[in-house]
Amino acid sequence: MSESISVTPERALAPKRAPDQPPGRRRRTPHVNIHRRREARAAYVFLAPWFIGLFVITVGPILASLYLSFTDYSLLEEAKWVGLGNYTEMFFEDDRFITSLKVTTIYVVVSVPLQLAFALGLALALDRGLRGLSFYRSVYYLPSLLGGSVAIAILWRKIFGTDGLVNGLLSVFGIQGPGWVSDPDTALGTLILLHVWTFGAPMVIFLAGLRQIPQSYYEAAAVDGATKLRQFRSITLPLLTPIIFFNLVLEVIKSFQSFTQSFIVSGGSGGPVDSTLFYTLYLYLKGFKSYEMGYAAAMAWVLLLLIAGLTGVNFLASKYWVFYGDTK
Amino acid sequence: MPRGSRLLKHLLLIAFGLVMLYPLLWMISSSLKPEELIFREPGLWPSEVTLDNYGDGWTALKHSFGYYLWNSAVITGLSVLANLVACSLAAYAFARLNFPLKKLWFTIMLGSIMLPHHVTVVPQYIVFAELDWINTIWPLVVPKFLATDAFFIFLMVQFIRTLPRELDEAAAIDGAGYWRVFLQVILPLCMPALATTGIFTFIWTWNDFFSQNLYLTNSDNLTVAVALRQFLDSSGESSWGPMFAMSIVSLGPIFGFFLAGQKYLIRGVATTGLK
Repeated sequence: MSESISVTPERALAPKRAPDQPPGRRRRTPHVNIHRRREARAAYVFLAPWFIGLFVITVGPILASLYLSFTDYSLLEEAKWVGLGNYTEMFFEDDRFITSLKVTTIYVVVSVPLQLAFALGLALALDRGLRGLSFYRSVYYLPSLLGGSVAIAILWRKIFGTDGLVNGLLSVFGIQGPGWVSDPDTALGTLILLHVWTFGAPMVIFLAGLRQIPQSYYEAAAVDGATKLRQFRSITLPLLTPIIFFNLVLEVIKSFQSFTQSFIVSGGSGGPVDSTLFYTLYLYLKGFKSYEMGYAAAMAWVLLLLIAGLTGVNFLASKYWVFYGDTK
Repeated sequence: MPRGSRLLKHLLLIAFGLVMLYPLLWMISSSLKPEELIFREPGLWPSEVTLDNYGDGWTALKHSFGYYLWNSAVITGLSVLANLVACSLAAYAFARLNFPLKKLWFTIMLGSIMLPHHVTVVPQYIVFAELDWINTIWPLVVPKFLATDAFFIFLMVQFIRTLPRELDEAAAIDGAGYWRVFLQVILPLCMPALATTGIFTFIWTWNDFFSQNLYLTNSDNLTVAVALRQFLDSSGESSWGPMFAMSIVSLGPIFGFFLAGQKYLIRGVATTGLK
């Protein structure tokens, strides 16, 4: 991850500046007007691909999927209006839907805090003039880049298989381990572990955040006799809360949409016994395997509202624990 | 820190790194072992080295693996190009030009970063099916030419804002229009942001499974990700050696880009560290 990416969290959370305004905007002489119109026209040319994409690839389909969510539609037949039918079915009749919601919630609630704890811990261990910092950072970061791939999901399935690596290591100690991915009690755990394994990306963001804290704060605290632990609690942690918050919002949104890992590890079924049936996997099965596209669209809208709601809650709660001090 | 505890810290960090990388190293070592030894030896050092797994894996599916690598490379290459062009155009407008409703459009652009892909995928699929684009690369590439990866617009806007405006103004006084300023002043200075965009687009597209699995179903145009999945399905719980071998082949390009980008990262850190 390059430096420009690691600066974004702090920037993203800083209060928004008004967009740059040219000086002398209020004096509307004809000359200035012509100039401004030329500039606006140029801007719209530069933005043309984005505008087309926004309306054709994003906004249009969002509205279309809202409409579809009130219908039964299967690609082959005309869409049939069913009102709120898909939504009531989801919450009152479809046990698998409720299961997928549960599985995903457990996954997010367990794996995100664990992942961030590892990220923060390692970032603290690597901070400030440690020799070989860039080497360690690369090593810990690598799994984040690979973790989303099919290859790693295949590897995971084998590591935690009945005769896989983990059980091979356990048998050295004479322990006969279960088939981790084929046992409904442990299958989700292996996916959580896979997510925690990719803590490198938030770690890099934490490292960039730590670098923003002026060294002089620590020097002053040390002069006043503050212990390392006290320095961490009173300086590092409060000043890092905006970054923790940024990582939290990002990881919750991302992990709610996890797909590939559960698809590959469970062989596309969400099994065993739906124990790894992620929300998006169920959406995929509904929409593109049994072609209940209206139902899938309704699920997508519920997902959108859920993620928006979770992000909203995160922002509201942040008032109580995120510290926007004057660090500059 | 005293010398002893510093040494201990390094030992712990190295040990932890080894634990982190152990699965990967084990996969590499397993891909070099004969099939029957993979599960008997949890250790890393193969007692018997063979390249058979690579040969078997390469030809295990309908086409050779090189064919699927090429398919992935085409989609990935076009995606990188698309994101570089479309996102830098939009970013220049947002960062430097004034136009009506700029604030509103910018907010919408930021909002679209957070949007779950699934909320648009069903109608998109229907439209692409109408256009007869299923089993072509267009559903995977065309949206990128329309700057739908808004994250990279944001990244480049942030970067362009740090460039001194005097450069644009000086060029404008010399008679350069918006396009010349963009092409000859802004873009050359944006190289770090462009490199970040390129590397990340590469890795994300190469790794992408959801869209490729959705749109590419014909056995003649599978990408590496989808081919690996087919391999897994067709061989079930056997032939793990060849599957590991091809998994490693599929991760190779990502690893390469990681190493290339790493150099870049260190330079970036070094320059900011000098401040």
